[in-house]
Amino acid sequence: MKLFKWITGLMFIAAFVYFNFFVYKGEILFKLINVNLFSALFVLFRVIVGPSAADRIVAVDILGVLIVGMLALIGLHYKQGFFMDIALIWALLSFVASLAFSKILEGRQLDD
Amino acid sequence: MIRETLGMVFIFIGIAFDFLGVLGLVRLPDVYNRLQAATKCVTFGSAGILFGVFLINGFTSFGFKALLGIMFIFLSSPVAAHAIARAAHRGGIPLTRESVIDEYAKDKELK
Repeated sequence: MKLFKWITGLMFIAAFVYFNFFVYKGEILFKLINVNLFSALFVLFRVIVGPSAADRIVAVDILGVLIVGMLALIGLHYKQGFFMDIALIWALLSFVASLAFSKILEGRQLDD
Repeated sequence: MIRETLGMVFIFIGIAFDFLGVLGLVRLPDVYNRLQAATKCVTFGSAGILFGVFLINGFTSFGFKALLGIMFIFLSSPVAAHAIARAAHRGGIPLTRESVIDEYAKDKELK
């Protein structure tokens, strides 16, 4: 069973690397953004199948940070600065949401 | 020219750190191990990407916003990680079977 999981994951990653870096003819920044979105797919896998609630909270926290990096790359391609404003606000909201989720997980209420 | 090359190098390293951290998030067996792997992907992954963007853009408003993002991520992400780990331990989520020591449980017994 463990070998089956290993082979499935390796084939998934190898197929992504082949189609992203050798088949897809685009700019280099779009290839990097594709790698970032693929990482976000792994994070969503952990959100769906995570055994406990803390796994899901960790995954959502990391998803916010990944999206901050992706927004910086998109702004670098379009040469416009307001994407960094969206990234800053996204980081702030992700931080507040992580603190609130962890407080609920501990068993206390929000006004404690 | 050299500034843009250096910025692209930082962006490549940041993307590689992001991918490896997320791979650890999928692979490792426990909440605490997953948190440890995933926080590595913050401190050099996205911060590396933002620093590369700052190097490419120079001292414009875009570059200063990227620096501000690095400072904010470095301040806020360890706090969130610490709060999640503490809440998970207090909420009674067990450690993995291979772990050898649990000092925080001993500290809670002493109090």
